[in-house]
Amino acid sequence: MFYIDKNQLARQGQTLAKTKQLDWSGRFASLAKTSKYPSLKAFYQQGVISASTPLLDVPMVALDFETTGLDPSRDSIVSIGLVPMSISRIRCGESKHWIVKPETNLHSASVVVHGITHSAVADAPDFSNVIDTLLGCLRGKIVVAHHAPIERRFLHAALMRHLQEGIEFPVIDTMAIEAQFSRRKSQEIWRSLLGRQRTSIRLSDSRTRYHLPYYRQHNALTDAIACAELLQAQCVTHLSLDTPVSAIWS
Amino acid sequence: MQAEQSEVLDFFRRHSPFSDLSEEVLTNVANNVEIAYFRAQSTILPLGQDNHHWYVIRSGVVEVFRRDGKLYNRLGEGDFFGEQSLMLSRPIRFPVTALEDTLVYLIGEETFNYLFDNFEHFADYVEVEDLTRLRQSTTKREDGDSLLTAKVATLITSLPVSVSCTTTVQHAAIRMTEENVSSLLVIDSEKGQDVSSGSVVGIVTDLDIRSRLVAKGLSTDIAVADIMSTDLIYVQSNHFVFDAMMLMLKHNVQHLPVLKKEQHIGLISHLDILRYESQNSLFVVRSISNAQSVDELAALKQEVEGSFTRMVYQDANSKMIGSAMAAIGRSFKQRLCELAEAELGAPPVPYCFLALGSMARGEQLIVTDQDNALILDNSFEPKLHDDYFKALATFVSDGLARCGYSYCTGNIMASNIHWRQPLAVWRQYFTEWIQKPSAESLLHSGIFFDLEGVWGQINWAKELNQLIRQTATKNSRFLACMSRNALLRTPPLGFFKDFVMETDGRQSNSINMKRRGTAPIADLVRVHALAVGSQARNTFERLEDIIEAGILPPGRGLDLRDALEFIAMVRIRNQVSDIELKREPDNNIEPEYLSDFERKNLKEAFQILSSAQRYMKFRYQPGRVN
Repeated sequence: MFYIDKNQLARQGQTLAKTKQLDWSGRFASLAKTSKYPSLKAFYQQGVISASTPLLDVPMVALDFETTGLDPSRDSIVSIGLVPMSISRIRCGESKHWIVKPETNLHSASVVVHGITHSAVADAPDFSNVIDTLLGCLRGKIVVAHHAPIERRFLHAALMRHLQEGIEFPVIDTMAIEAQFSRRKSQEIWRSLLGRQRTSIRLSDSRTRYHLPYYRQHNALTDAIACAELLQAQCVTHLSLDTPVSAIWS
Repeated sequence: MQAEQSEVLDFFRRHSPFSDLSEEVLTNVANNVEIAYFRAQSTILPLGQDNHHWYVIRSGVVEVFRRDGKLYNRLGEGDFFGEQSLMLSRPIRFPVTALEDTLVYLIGEETFNYLFDNFEHFADYVEVEDLTRLRQSTTKREDGDSLLTAKVATLITSLPVSVSCTTTVQHAAIRMTEENVSSLLVIDSEKGQDVSSGSVVGIVTDLDIRSRLVAKGLSTDIAVADIMSTDLIYVQSNHFVFDAMMLMLKHNVQHLPVLKKEQHIGLISHLDILRYESQNSLFVVRSISNAQSVDELAALKQEVEGSFTRMVYQDANSKMIGSAMAAIGRSFKQRLCELAEAELGAPPVPYCFLALGSMARGEQLIVTDQDNALILDNSFEPKLHDDYFKALATFVSDGLARCGYSYCTGNIMASNIHWRQPLAVWRQYFTEWIQKPSAESLLHSGIFFDLEGVWGQINWAKELNQLIRQTATKNSRFLACMSRNALLRTPPLGFFKDFVMETDGRQSNSINMKRRGTAPIADLVRVHALAVGSQARNTFERLEDIIEAGILPPGRGLDLRDALEFIAMVRIRNQVSDIELKREPDNNIEPEYLSDFERKNLKEAFQILSSAQRYMKFRYQPGRVN
């Protein structure tokens, strides 16, 4: 994931919460008809689980992108990590990790964050080479991400560039969940009265609240796994396993 | 190609038994784990569930329970569970619950089996239930060329030299000079000409010629038969040099004929052993016997510690070390009795000086109390004789204290008038303890059931041991009382982080390995040994008798033996490291200084002890007495 400064993160978290919920099954059915690119068509044709599916039965895939910046129209994806999961298991054996050649220049700032250097990306495949596999991995699963707008918008933009058609899909955003449960209004008012900072809902801070281990390394895959673990912790802590998925997807 | 799980891999690299695997194997394992999060208080593995994963704790704490709901184990980061049901292909028998929020790595059954079958170290480390790991750790020691592993045969340089029993001493002395030997075998030519055990009737040594002939002014024309030692003590050629040494110590002889299939193949002397291994416990014993005062004896403390340390480095097992230290302790007592008699004059009536407890069991270590007592002749008249024996007891007791054997805090010493009594009173003591037992009366007298005579009329000690053996076996109430007391000291649950975990969940910083480990095992084994009428006093030897008698469930006796060996060796090694760091050695272990391997094995050893105690409770029903 990309490390955004706190204020930006907060603003985007709020916009996400207001996103209008869609009838995903219906949306997928109609996109399956209009979509032209074969693996994208297959992605929609696979359909989506019904909104009433209990969390316990939801097939998911935790996804994390590292990007050259925050603007999907100017910046591009540098690496992709994903790991299939359910609320009870994270299956590392089926995880994927790609470094791809960015379509735009690599900012020196993001080099510092990701540790991905120009020479590393020079040999990397083009994004177009991983599209089919990536869509295959996402097919039939609900995407889980920490601050999901990044993954959602960057994937949409990248597909637009390569396939001239974008992508829509439901996501479970662990940051939004964290905002909902760890930033209760009354608590935040107290905190501001006491002159304290708002509760951080960044990935590593959120993990600490659930006693998840600190991860020293950061790449798209470890962050995807870190996010997957966080979702498991959030679900068993705040929700019951028969909660319908519609309660947390968007 | 699989994506590399760098965080998982990193974690595995830091923890046994993964850290021993090759990078290639480890990467493969790490890349295929599954991850699961469990909230505090939630169930991870319920009783009776089928299990197809091995669980490794990434972070958090879990508790493992017995079926009856009692805490069995507490595990933290880097610990693992679920292996038992995988190895036995059985549903979960020990349910597991998260005590804190816990993240676990799950390793699939196939991967686990692959690691288990292909990597011996890994399997050793993991294997908990059938305990082969513990057994392996206690029975290594194949290599090394010390007196502990070398066979007697290696000391033999030439065939034994023999003479006929009718040969004159002078002629024998000439043969010894010609052959450059210090001892000869004596053959009864009527029984045969060769040196088979049937025809050898005695042994004659340099010392015999000096003390039995020259010193007494006898003629060199007499036959060797007149000065030879009969009652021969043999050693088998395939026994360890150490065994030969122990025989010499025990019987106070300096030469041993060596037999191989009934045939004499050589003679070895204490010098052969000393040459082989200078400065060993035999050497210390000799120094003790030669000491002329208590001051000189006290000065030997460092040599005792030295030989203790050396044995540990030579990979001696706890039985060897225990018996060597007991032999040294016995020599101190013997020499102190001699010195006391030299100072106080000859005893007015015969007596027997007793060793009790660990010395009598041949399980003495470096930190030990002096537990002793005196049996006096039945003609003992307190008014006439007790001043003498009180003085003797005090002399020996004070002397032992100066040599490093601290006074018994329970006052079980010959200086206490209760434990300085005629044989008839001792017989009465034992009869009462056994026939009219109560847990209270036996609480402090349990130690008398490990008893050995070390000086004087040692046959009296044998007599008392016989009395015990004959009466204790049949008395179930006595056994119930003994087992009740044997249950007073319990092992801890094991370790958790750097603490000792108690069964009730309490934590302490250190553990007394004697009080919580070796002593409860010795107590437990004593009860069984009394029940089966074993003549042995050493706990390992008693265990053999108990196993032979078949009163324990199959395999439990061996488990107990391994548990004792492991606990004793940890205790011993800890004392050695204290000695080396110039600290006063003690029986306390701080878990932070234990290796991962020691922790896991100790934990298991405690579990074995704990289950052995439960079995004893079931068998002798200590609950019905009080």
